Formats: sequence, C-alpha cells, structure tokens
Amino acid sequence: MLDIKNLHVKVAGGGEEILKGLSLCIPAGEVHAIMGPNGTGKSTLANVLAGREGYEITSGSVCYEGEDLLALSPEERAAKGIFLSFQYPVEIPGVPAMTFLRAALNAQRERRGEEPLSAPEFMKLVREKAALLKIKPDMLKRPLNVGFSGGEKKRMEILQMAVLAPRFAILDETDSGLDIDALKIVAQGVNALRAPDRSMLVITHYQRLLDYITPDRVHVMAGGRIVKSGGPELARQLEAEGYDAYAESAA
Amino acid sequence: MDGAKDSIDRSTLAAARALEADKYKYGFTTDVEQEFAPKGLNEDVIRFISAKKGEPQWLLDWRLAAYKRWLTMEEPAWAMVHYPKIDYQDMYYFAAPKKEGSGPKSLDEIDPDILATYDKLGIPLKEQEVLLGVEGAPKVAVDAVFDSVSVATTFREELARSGVIFSSFSEAVKEHPDLVRQYLGSVVPPTDNYFATLNSAVFSDGTFVYIPKGVRCPMELSTYFRMNAQSTGQFERTLIIADEGAYVSYLEGCTAPMRDENQLHAAVVELVALDDAEIKYSTVQNWWPGDENGQGGVYNFVTKRGDCRGARSHISWTQVETGSAITWKYPSCILRGDDSQGEFYSVAITNGAQQADTGTKMIHLGKNTRSRIISKGISAGRSNNTYRGLVSVHKKAKGARNFTQCDSLLVGGQCGAHTVPYVEVKTPDAQLEHEATTTKLSEEQLFYCRQRGLDAEEATALLVNGFARDVLQNLPMEFAVEAQALVKVSLEGSVG
Ligand SMILES: Nc1ncnc2c1ncn2[C@@H]1O[C@H](COP(=O)(O)OP(=O)(O)OP(=O)(O)O)[C@@H](O)[C@H]1O
Ligand SMILES: [Mg+2]
Repeated sequence: MLDIKNLHVKVAGGGEEILKGLSLCIPAGEVHAIMGPNGTGKSTLANVLAGREGYEITSGSVCYEGEDLLALSPEERAAKGIFLSFQYPVEIPGVPAMTFLRAALNAQRERRGEEPLSAPEFMKLVREKAALLKIKPDMLKRPLNVGFSGGEKKRMEILQMAVLAPRFAILDETDSGLDIDALKIVAQGVNALRAPDRSMLVITHYQRLLDYITPDRVHVMAGGRIVKSGGPELARQLEAEGYDAYAESAA
Repeated sequence: MDGAKDSIDRSTLAAARALEADKYKYGFTTDVEQEFAPKGLNEDVIRFISAKKGEPQWLLDWRLAAYKRWLTMEEPAWAMVHYPKIDYQDMYYFAAPKKEGSGPKSLDEIDPDILATYDKLGIPLKEQEVLLGVEGAPKVAVDAVFDSVSVATTFREELARSGVIFSSFSEAVKEHPDLVRQYLGSVVPPTDNYFATLNSAVFSDGTFVYIPKGVRCPMELSTYFRMNAQSTGQFERTLIIADEGAYVSYLEGCTAPMRDENQLHAAVVELVALDDAEIKYSTVQNWWPGDENGQGGVYNFVTKRGDCRGARSHISWTQVETGSAITWKYPSCILRGDDSQGEFYSVAITNGAQQADTGTKMIHLGKNTRSRIISKGISAGRSNNTYRGLVSVHKKAKGARNFTQCDSLLVGGQCGAHTVPYVEVKTPDAQLEHEATTTKLSEEQLFYCRQRGLDAEEATALLVNGFARDVLQNLPMEFAVEAQALVKVSLEGSVG
C-alpha cells in the first residue's frame, strides 16, 4: 500500500538532513510500529507523508497505492485516505469540534465525488463513534482542542480517525499522556478500524500500546532511517534494552 | 423550526455556491432608464432633489442650512486611510429609475428589471413569494433602496396592524411629518461631521422605522441598498425610533456593481431608544471593494449613532464589514438614560488593497451605564485594518462599566492591523477593562485543517469564522449563515 524508498529530507532553507535514506514498505491490511529515540525524525516522517510544507525532499520516493504521494497536496492526500493523528493536536478557537469534523468529512467526500452527508446522518455517525470512545456529547460542542486535556485531545484525534475512516492512518505518539483506561479505549478504536484494505503506522515510545494493538511489524528508527525491523517481540526487546545498541548505526 | 432552519441552510448553501462561482456575484449592473439630477453640487441641485420628493419647506431649509455649513468644513484626514481627493462636482447626487414617479403603489408598477435585480441578489420583494418560499421560516420585511429611491417595502400592512411604521424615508416625510421633524438630526446633528453634513444636504432616500410604546416588532426588518447608476453617490438616511418598552431588530445589506471608478457612499443612521426600549441593528456590508490593484470600489464614509435616550434602554450594533475600498465608520452609542446599555460587535475583513478604519464610540452620560465592545479585525492581502474606538465616561456617569476586546488576525505577511483605543474617564468609580490581541493565522492550524481534507481557502475561511464567532453569533439567525459564506468569499485569493 505504501512504499517509501531511500527518502532524504531536510528542513527547507538549509540545515541538516533529518531523514537520511529511509526505506519502509507497509502492505495493505498491516499495522506497523516505529520506535526510536527522541529527535530521530519520526514526526518528520509523519509530516512529510501528510504533506506538510517546510521540508525539502532531496531524494527518494513515496508510492501510495501506485501513485506518487509526494506530488499531492495535503488535502488531496487526506481525500485519498491519508490520516495523521498529531503528536501535538492544534487548537482551533471558535470552531466547535462537530462543525470542524463535518466540514472535513464533507470536503473529503466532495473531492472524491461523493454526496455530502446531511446534518442528521452526520450527527448519528459522530454520536455513535463518540460513544465508543467514551467522549461526552458536550465536548463536541466545544471549540476543537481548546482547553482540552492532553488525553482528551488524543481521544479527539481518534474520534476524527473513526469518522473519517482513512485507508492509511499514521498515529504519532497517540498513546503519550493517556491514562491506562484511555489507552485501552484508544487501542479499541484503532483495532476497530483494522481491515484488509487499511494500513496503519503507529509511532510510539512504549510497549504498553503494543500490548493492545499487536503490530504486524516493528521498526527501529535511529539517525533518520530504519535500522532494524522485526516482529512484535522486537518491541519488548527494545523496552528491555533501550536504543544503545543502535547508537552506532545512527551516527 | 428545524425544517425551517434546514431549508435556510439549503438555500444558503445554494447562495454560497453561487458566490463561489463568481468572486463578486453582485458586480452586475441593471439597465434601467434613470433620471439624474444635474451633475455636481450646488443649491439648485438640492432644490431639485427636494422638489422631486415633494418635500415641505422646513426640510428644504434644513438641507440648505446643512449645505451652507458644509461649504465651510474640511474633509477629515485623521483616519488611517488614503485616497485621492474626491471631486464633489464630478458626481451625481440623485439617480432614480424613471418609471418611479411619486413612488410605486404596488409591486406591479416596479420595473421588472429592478425586480430581477433584487431576485438576483437573493432578496425577495414579493410577499407571496416570501411566504411560499420557505415554509415556517421567520418573515423578514424588506425595504429595497435602488440608488436614490426606495423601490419597494414589504409586509407594511401586517406591520401596520401592530402599529409599526416601516417605510421609505421620503414617504415618512409625507405621512408622518411630525415624527420625522421631531427626531431627524436629533442624534446626528446636521453639523456633526463633513460627511454627515454632506448627507444632510443631499440625502435621497432611506428607511424610517417607528415602533410604538410597548410593541415588540413582530418580524425582522431589513433594508437592502443597491448602488447601480454610474458616477453616483449614495446618500441614504435611516431613522429608527423605539418608543418606551419597544423592541426591534433591523438589518441592512449593501451591494454595488463592479465599476473601475470610485463611488461615494455617505450615509447617516440615527437610532433613538426611549425608556426600556431595545434596538438591535445589524449590518452586512458588501459594497464592491475594487479590484486586487485597488482600482475602483466604494468609499464607505458613514455616520451611525444610537441614542439611548431613555432609562434602561439598550442599543446593540453588529456589523460584518467585508466590502468597500475604504470603510470609515464608527457606529456609536450615547448612553444618556440611567442604566442604559450599548454594545458594538464588529467583524471587519480587508483583503486585496482594501482599507478599513472602523470602531465605535461609547459615551457614558447616565448612571450605571454599561457598554461592551467586541471587535474582530481580519487583514489579508496588502490591506490595512484599523480599530479606532473611544470610551468616554462623563462626570455624572457614576458606576459606569465598559468591557472592550479587540482582536486582530493577520492572514499573510503583507497586511497591517492597528488598534487605537481612546479612553476618557471623569468619574472615579468607573470600571473599564480592555483586552487586545494580535495573532497570525498559523501555519500549524492551516496544516491541521488541510490534513483533514480542507483546502487552503476553506481552511482559512473556517479559521476566520472561528475567530469571528463571538460576533457572528449576534447576527439574526437568518443572516448568520450568509455572513459565514461571505467571510469565505471575502478572503478568496488571500492564501497561496
Ligand atoms: N522545522 C524544523 N526546523 C529545525 N529543525 C527541525 C524542524 N523540524 C524538525 N527538526 C529537527 O529534526 C529532528 C527530528 O525531529 P522529529 O520531531 O521528527 O523527532 P521525533 O523522532 O518525532 O522525536 P520525538 O520522539 O521527541 O517526538 C529534531 O532534531 C528536530 O529538532
Ligand atoms: Mg515526534
């Protein structure tokens, strides 16, 4: 589904390279996890996949369902099913979460040539998904993320994912800052979306999340590239041993 | 109620789509035979206007006195706006559709081209159509002003049953001369300022509203101003009086054709609220802003003032200013009655080469008077947006309170936002609070929205609507959705 080849990225306008020849292939239906030390470029990878400006791609390619992903605008990628759960969700003052989500969903549908969802259909969908994630209806009336606690923001990201039903979801440290109950709820949300035609890339620092979402593959990222890949056991090994072993390859 | 809201949503969506199709869909002109006063300004032109309207002598004298005064005045230069000198002799001061005569008696007498114009603007003038159109939707009575004359006023009979007078200004002069004479110029005197004085000399038409004692006006009232004729200024005059315990909500909307010359709009609005009365006045101003290079567009130089004359009276201004090449207006409240309240809610958007210098004056004269100012300025393109406001608390205004919040939002790096608050306090126990913020539309917010599927323009519109929400919420429900669509259109081309 997604095939990243030898990706080199730096911050636009000069500076050091952040991604230094990263390659990664995620087949349809699989959930992959990326673990790696702080500052190694995990969020940069997520941003580049989602189309954020401000990066310079000096070489490499990203192929998504047979198409050159890097040639598309962020909104085109979104309509084609790319979703990013942000490490730091952004506050949108004055725009109720419900309004935001409806505008987003209908914009995506319009781009795909689908009819917009009517207000009642949409409300029904959101209420249903919110209930599964134990998000109170009141929260949907509040301006998106404004004054939300860390955990509430993350839960709201997963609600958006559930409503937008993406084909390829990137979860950037969605588990950070969640209490144990919230973590389970989020994991349930993720598992509910697992499907043969849907893939996910889960960025995390903790084994904890992977206890609930069993990944098909685990990758270790260090120094701007993938330095080791393995099965779920690799995550447990990392948790026990840390990244010291990979410091070498990072340098 | 839900059904009504849904159909409003639908028609609004349709309207919004139409807006998207064309950046300024109101830019067309209507081909009707017009009658003009001779070009330029002198006593004869004023006599011509007054005679056309069959005015009494006292009103002609009033106009002429204003004109004499105007000749001695100088155009103000303190606002943060720049424009070439206006040649007051190079424009028409009166233009009227020819068939009009002494004013149409029924809609059948109105030129079909004019009816079609209002239809194109989405303003229903035929009451049957209004009733059929949106079942259960709140009724809105409309006064339509085309250049210098009012061409139609709807729902007058129904309003008259509750004693409400809603008519064109010219007609009010004939039918309610005492009321007009009593209140005209009592809030904005003919000597007030350069543009108000000019208006007093040459004002053509406008709307007159009187709500009798204890009456809650049974529907929203609105006026749609349309400037059509070339080289013609529009000088309308609106006078609204809410007698003791009365309530009225009034909305004005404005559009003009695209022309590469500048058109002058110098209106005067006077509001009077007696004891326990409340007036809610909303404006959606969308005059032609000129092109991206600043060619053409309306000069919107307007004086609006409300007088909270009675105890516990309440006047609230809400404005959404998106059009005009230059906007110069300060809707104000004179808080004369004890315990009276004034409010000013403003969204001013400038884009391209537009300039806006707008704000309010809250003059606290009575005891325990309260005022509230919420201003949201949005600058995009190469535009300049200034909030200018005065809060003045006089000696006798014991216990006066004001809250002011001025927020500016910058879209892009070439625009300017300025906040100029003036404060004068002459009583020790007044409580004033002032908050001001300036923020840039952040790249992070834009990216977040785009990641979810909105394009840059939709994202900007959503963020700006969010920024302006506190103000937009104050608009009558029927217009709030329209205003949001307008915000989007006004910002087109502001993001790469
Ligand atoms: N816009 C930018 N300007 C300058 N440096 C940047 C920018 N974006 C990222 N970097 C740098 O690139 C490196 C990778 O950052 P990134 O956020 O991708 O790390 P990460 O792996 O997600 O870390 P964490 O686990 O702490 O979230 C860091 O050193 C960071 O400071
Ligand atoms: Mg990160």
